[in-house]
Amino acid sequence: MTMKKVFLIVLLAVVVTAQAPFAPAQSGAGKVVAITNVRIVPVVGAEVPNGTIVVKDGLIAAIGADVAVPAGAEVVDGAGLRAYPGMIDSYSSLGLVEISGVAATVDNRETGRFNPQARALEAIRYDSMHIPIARSNGITAAIVAPSGGVIAGVSCLLRLDGWTNREMAVKPAAAMHIELPGLRGARGGFGGGGRGAAPVRVDGPGILAELKTVFAAARAYEKRRDAAAKDARLALPEFDETSEALLPLLKGELPAMFSVHSERDIKAAIQFVKDEGLKAVFYGVEQGFKVAGELAKAGIPVVLGSLYDLPPVWEDGYDAIFRNAGLMAKAGVKVAFSSSSASVAKDLPYHAAKAAAFGLDKAEALRAVTINPAEIFGVADRMGSLEKGKAANIVLADNDILEMRTRIVKVFIDGRERDLSNRYTELLDKFKKR
Amino acid sequence: MKKLLAAAVLLLLPAAVFAEGGSILIKNGTILTVTKGVIAKGDVLVVDGVIKAVGAGIAAPPGVRVVDAAGRYVLPGIIDSHTHIALAGTNEGSEAITPEADVGAVINADDTSILTALSGGVTMVHTMHGSANPIGGPNVVLKMKWGRPSEELVVQEALPTLKFALGENVKQASRTVQPGQTQRYPATRMGANAIIRREFEKARNYMAQWDRYRKAAAAKPAPRNLVPPRKDLRMEVLAEVLRGERVARCHSYQATETLEFMALAKEFGFKVQCFEHIWEGYKIADELAAAGIGISVFADSWAYKMEAAEGIAYDAGYCAKKGVLVSINSDSGERIRRLFNDAAKTMKYGGLTEEEALRLVTINPAIQLGVDRIVGSLEADKQGDIAIFSEHPMSAYTRCDMTIIEGEIYFDREAVVKEREEREEAAKKAAAPGGKGGVS
Repeated sequence: MTMKKVFLIVLLAVVVTAQAPFAPAQSGAGKVVAITNVRIVPVVGAEVPNGTIVVKDGLIAAIGADVAVPAGAEVVDGAGLRAYPGMIDSYSSLGLVEISGVAATVDNRETGRFNPQARALEAIRYDSMHIPIARSNGITAAIVAPSGGVIAGVSCLLRLDGWTNREMAVKPAAAMHIELPGLRGARGGFGGGGRGAAPVRVDGPGILAELKTVFAAARAYEKRRDAAAKDARLALPEFDETSEALLPLLKGELPAMFSVHSERDIKAAIQFVKDEGLKAVFYGVEQGFKVAGELAKAGIPVVLGSLYDLPPVWEDGYDAIFRNAGLMAKAGVKVAFSSSSASVAKDLPYHAAKAAAFGLDKAEALRAVTINPAEIFGVADRMGSLEKGKAANIVLADNDILEMRTRIVKVFIDGRERDLSNRYTELLDKFKKR
Repeated sequence: MKKLLAAAVLLLLPAAVFAEGGSILIKNGTILTVTKGVIAKGDVLVVDGVIKAVGAGIAAPPGVRVVDAAGRYVLPGIIDSHTHIALAGTNEGSEAITPEADVGAVINADDTSILTALSGGVTMVHTMHGSANPIGGPNVVLKMKWGRPSEELVVQEALPTLKFALGENVKQASRTVQPGQTQRYPATRMGANAIIRREFEKARNYMAQWDRYRKAAAAKPAPRNLVPPRKDLRMEVLAEVLRGERVARCHSYQATETLEFMALAKEFGFKVQCFEHIWEGYKIADELAAAGIGISVFADSWAYKMEAAEGIAYDAGYCAKKGVLVSINSDSGERIRRLFNDAAKTMKYGGLTEEEALRLVTINPAIQLGVDRIVGSLEADKQGDIAIFSEHPMSAYTRCDMTIIEGEIYFDREAVVKEREEREEAAKKAAAPGGKGGVS
C-alpha cells in the first residue's frame, strides 16, 4: 500500500461522506424585495390575511402584518394572491429521466443489486424540460432518487433552479435508497401483470437478512482499514467500493430511505432499523395504515408513493391508497407526499389534495408538501415554511395551492424571481402563431 | 380468482344493490346538468331507469328511494371514450391487419376494473382493441353494470367503431426482434400509411366483386354456374367502414401521421370519428376542427416515449377552444377512477370553465360514441346514469360518493365504509381475549 493509495481512500471517504451544502445558486444579493398586501400562508404559524414579506440576500428578512417596506425595496403587489412556501417533492426522478421509454434518456436505474456508490447528483440533467414545469407549479425543491435493485444509490435534494447540477444541490447526499419488494402480484389491467409476467418474489425479510450480512461486512472492512491505518504491520484490505459507500449510512451520517410496502415488510424494516441503529425514512408504505401505531412509535417518517395507483392488495379496499396518509397522520406518523415521477412531478399538490379528500386534514396535507419534507430531510432551518431567516422560497398563487384550477403567478427561489416559462408554454406559444 | 371476486363483492356492494328497481330521487344537491346549466339546490328523479325530471322541489313517488345530496354535487355519469378494461384480450398483434378481431366477443364482466371505474363515477366506457396494429379490431361500448352478464353491459345504441393505429406501436419501435424472427411489416410510418391504403383498396375491390356477383345473380335468367366471391371477414368489416356503417377511431400521436390518415379517409370517403391520444393535436387544431374530427386525449401523461415528447398539457384545452370536440380518456384501469381530476386540469391549461372542463368527460365522449341522445347530461328522458360527488368534481379535494346506472346504485361509498367498519369491529372482537380468535 503506497501513501498515494491511502490518500486516495481517505479522499474518497471524504468525498462520499461530504454533507455540507454547496453554495446556493446566485442569491438575490443586495436586492431587497417586498411582497405587499398578500395573504400569507406560512405553514408554520398563523395565517396573515394581509401582510408583507421582505426579502433580502436571498432570505426572508421580515414577515407579518405590521412589516414596513424598506426604502428602495422593489415592491411586488400581492393583492388578491396568497404566499406559500415553495413545495418540496419528497421523491422524484427529475433530471434523471427525460423520456421514460427512451433508454438513452433514462439515468435513474443502475444495473445490479447493490449500488450504494451510485449518486443521483452526478447524473442530474439540470436543463431537463421537466424541471421548469415543476417549478412553474410552485415546487421549488425535490428529492431526486435512484431506484432498482436492493441498494439503489444515494439521492440528492435539489433546489429547482441553477445553471449546473452542483449549483442546484441543497444536499448532495440526501439518503441511501434501499428497496424491498413491491406488493403487486399478478393484478390484471392494461399493461400490468397479465400473461407472461414474472411472478413477484415477495421476500422482504430475506432481503433484510442479506442486508445485515452486507452491513456487517462493511463494518468489519472499516475496522480492518482503520486498524491497518494505525498499525503498519497490519495488511491494508483491498479497496471495497460497496463497503466504503455504505459507511456514511452505517455511521448515521446519512439516512436510509427504505422503499417498503407490505405490512409484514414494514414491521420487519422497523425492527431492522432499530437493530442496525439507522436513521430511516420509509417510502411507498402502501399498507402503512395497518401498522401506523408502530411507525409512530418508532418515529419513522413516511414519504408516500404516487397516489395515482391502485391498492396493490384488493382486500385493503378500493380507497386504501387514498386513506393511507390520513390514517398514518392520525396515528402520529409524519407524512410527506411525492410525485414519484419526472414528467408529472408538477402534480405533487394534487396527491396531497387527494389524500385530503379521503380523510387527511387539509392543513396537514399542505404541511406534507412543505415543512414535513423539510424536517424529514434535515433542512427545516432553511426551507419548508415562510419564517424570518429562512430561504426566500416563495410561491404566489391566486388560490389554494393544492387546487387544480389555481394559477401560480410568481415563484421566488432564494429570493430571486424565477422564470416560469417551460416546454409547455414554449410549444404552445410557437403553435399559437400559426 | 374466485376469492378475489368474493372479496370484491364484499368490499364494494351494498347488500340491497338491485332492490331499487331503477327508480330513485336525488334531493337537494347542486345539480350540474352539463347541457342545461347548474341548479343550486335541486333534485333529479329517475323512474324505471329513465330521468323523469330535473329541477327543484320534486316529490318522491311512493316507494321510491330518496338520496339526500345536500352539500354535494350531482352530475351525469362519467364516460370514458377510450379504455381497455373488462376484456379477456386486447391486442391481436400477431398480424398487422386484424379487423375481424372483435373485442366485443371477449367481454369480461368479472373484471374488477369495473368496480374501480364505478368508484370514480364512471358509468360507461368505450373499451377498445389495442394499438399494436395499423388496423386492429372493432371496439365495444359498455355500461359498468357490475354483477350483470356481459351481454347486458353492451350499449347497442352506440356507433360501431373500428380501431386503427399509427406511429411507434404499429412500427414496433420498442420491440426487440429475437433471433430467428423477422421484423413485422410495417416498420415505418410510410409502411403504416401504405398498408392501410392497401387494405382499403382491397376492400373496395372486394365490394366490387360482390356487387358484380349480386347483379349477375339478379339477372333473369340467372347465369348458370355462377360462383360467389369468397367471403372475407376482414374485408367485411372494412366494407362497413367504407359504407359509413362503422366509424374509424384512430390512435395517433404526431401531426404528420394524423394529417395523412385524414387525407386517406377523405380519399376513400370513410368517417374518422376520433383521433386517440393525438399529443400533437394542438399543432393541427385548425385542420381537426375544419374536418369535424374529435379527439380523445390524456390530460398530461406525456414524455413516456419519443412520440409523446411534445405532448403538452395544453393540448386538450387548446383544441377545445379551437372548436374541436375533445374528450379526456383513461386508457387505463387506474386513471379511469380520476378522469374528473384530469378534466379539471384543462382549467389551468387552456382556461376552460368548470362546465367546459366537465363536458370533456360527460357529454363530449357521449357525442363521440353516438350516445348523446341517451346519456352524457342530466336531462329528462335520458337514462338515469348519475354520479354524486362530495365537492365540485373539478376540485382537487373532491371524492365520488355514489354512482348510479339507470336508476340503480352500483357504488355507494357510505355502504362501503359502513361494511368496512363493521368488519373491523368484528375482527377486533374476535381478536380480543375471550374472543373466538383465529382471525388473520
